[in-house]
Amino acid sequence: MTLDSLTPLFASAVAAAIPLLLAALGELITERSGVLNLGVEGMMLMGGVTAFIVVAHGGGLTLATIAACCAGMIAALMFAFVTLTLQASQVAAGLALAILGSGVSAFLGRGYVGNPAKVSFSELPIPLLSKLPIVGPALFSMNALGYLAVILTVATTWFLYRTKSGLILRSVGESPVVAQSLGLQVIRLRYLATLFGGLMAGLAGCYYAVAQFKMWQEGLTSGNGWIALALVVFASWRPVRLMLGALLFGGVTAFGLYLQAVGVQVSAFALASLPYIATVVVLAVISRDQRALRRNAPASLGQSFFGM
Amino acid sequence: MIRTPWRLVPRTLPSPRMRFLAPVIAVALTVIFGCIVFASLGLSPLAAMRVFMIEPLSSVNGVSELLLKASPMCLIALGLAVGYRANVWNIGAEGQMYVGGIFASGLAIYFHERGGAWLLPAMVIAGAIGGAVWASIPAVLKTRCHANEILVSLMLTYVADLLVKYLVYGPWQDPAANNFPLTVSFSDNALFPLFASFGGDWLEGTRVNVSLIITLVALPVAWLFMQRTFAGYQLTVAGLAPSAARYAGFSSPAAIWMALLIGGAAAGIAGVMEVAGPLGQLNDRWTPGYGFTAIIVATLGRLHPFGIALASLLMALVYLGGEAVQISLQLPKAISLVFQGLLLMLLLGCDVMVNYRIERRRPAPAAAVEIK
Repeated sequence: MTLDSLTPLFASAVAAAIPLLLAALGELITERSGVLNLGVEGMMLMGGVTAFIVVAHGGGLTLATIAACCAGMIAALMFAFVTLTLQASQVAAGLALAILGSGVSAFLGRGYVGNPAKVSFSELPIPLLSKLPIVGPALFSMNALGYLAVILTVATTWFLYRTKSGLILRSVGESPVVAQSLGLQVIRLRYLATLFGGLMAGLAGCYYAVAQFKMWQEGLTSGNGWIALALVVFASWRPVRLMLGALLFGGVTAFGLYLQAVGVQVSAFALASLPYIATVVVLAVISRDQRALRRNAPASLGQSFFGM
Repeated sequence: MIRTPWRLVPRTLPSPRMRFLAPVIAVALTVIFGCIVFASLGLSPLAAMRVFMIEPLSSVNGVSELLLKASPMCLIALGLAVGYRANVWNIGAEGQMYVGGIFASGLAIYFHERGGAWLLPAMVIAGAIGGAVWASIPAVLKTRCHANEILVSLMLTYVADLLVKYLVYGPWQDPAANNFPLTVSFSDNALFPLFASFGGDWLEGTRVNVSLIITLVALPVAWLFMQRTFAGYQLTVAGLAPSAARYAGFSSPAAIWMALLIGGAAAGIAGVMEVAGPLGQLNDRWTPGYGFTAIIVATLGRLHPFGIALASLLMALVYLGGEAVQISLQLPKAISLVFQGLLLMLLLGCDVMVNYRIERRRPAPAAAVEIK
């Protein structure tokens, strides 16, 4: 492996990391409020199909992005209503959302399979910086959504640890009972956090449909919504670690592609399974230390709260 | 928060009546929603619903297809229900089904044209082992490393799918298949005999086979296990009150192992039912997602064998209806996936009535102002 070949490898790692980072950031905020939404995959697919349909009908990229965010939020709203207002189990409702999202997206996208996206996000190289060896093309020649992901990571960190609202959000996730006794509107905050998760998942889906693959097919996101969920655990609910984790997972995907490109005799199917196996291994390793995990996880994660 | 004129009041005890009514209401709401979807597509809702729900059942062949689809879903859901009762969320039944199918296909291919009457039972056992092996991975990681079984079992489903693809595009591909991703067609010894093959003209042309008997046996066995054995009781307690189970000395790793192994074995056998049934071979896209639908079947059936049997028939009808509207109304088959997801979501919503009463808000008495 020469230094030159590292450049495209790193670039494709970053490209694969961006949607994971976007979706995981949203889920991180959702989970910090104590809500476990397992339906990321479904919300991503909804966002993806919506963005693709908008573009296919002549809409611009801005409109497609906004529409994708709205689609993700509508899906999240359904989840929020069922779990937060109607007190359903978050695990079961998350699964339902994943199934429903894949069904609805397949249904809506039926006429668009096989067509390339009419417009798509293009790279925006930053002068000078993008000419840096190895990291230049990867980090300073991303598309708009890539830069947005980096900005949002910083913004999320700042929000969680440096603002009053962030403190409130975290306290709701730690102990909704105490938060409510302090006069905080637990359910409303959880609704907002869940909607943000939907927005970000929609954005991630948009990235797959009109930035990375530039096409639509059933199950376009191929399990990355679930990987994003694992990523939040891996990052122990911290945004900056999330960025590192996303790069790691993106790197695994890119490494598989790289091996194929240089003609290593490994089955393509074995390489395609690398990200999933990596997720399992990482989950197993990170979960070994239960005490650390419990210290980091929002204490009320996944539990219903009846606060009316 | 938006103030609605209604509010939820917790019940002192869960309402048994609502436990039965909620699925019925959810199904009714899904049908209403289906009518709206059909109407919005410019179809007559009643006519479309007739094609979807009634026409598939109007012939012997339709009923045979219904049983053919319901049987593997029912079996998987029975296995999953054991785990869900213990709060072990195995959602990778789809993958466990693939691996069961792979194990059985391995035998069928290796003993092609050589096997005897023992081959089919051996395949069923191999399928159960395959599914259980695949489910044992989340079990090991859950008991040893506390890894979340939801994510692990789901990730392994993608791996199992790729494993099937690897085999049918690679070592197990039928050399005579012109590079199509499929194995040889199994010989008769490796196939479940059709009921039609035992005679009876009225069964002519139907595809339902003797594997249905496995499900019919599994139903009472599952009921006995859940309701009448100590192990089943331990699992239920572990799910309802984990701390009580610990206090009573019930082993939590044992419950996790039992839940996942039973679920995996059931899914594996369902995989055999498919490859040694209507398919008669292994190919790269052989399942319409029974492993995922079984999650809905188990929930809709209230984790009870009788309910699961009914729910599997209903979901089989949704599949058949999806195929029927595809053929006669040119609607995409994905519509059955929409109905499945919607039904589960609506059911979870309707379940609020099990533990809560919905009451009209009374105007607040004048004295109690602004305490909040």
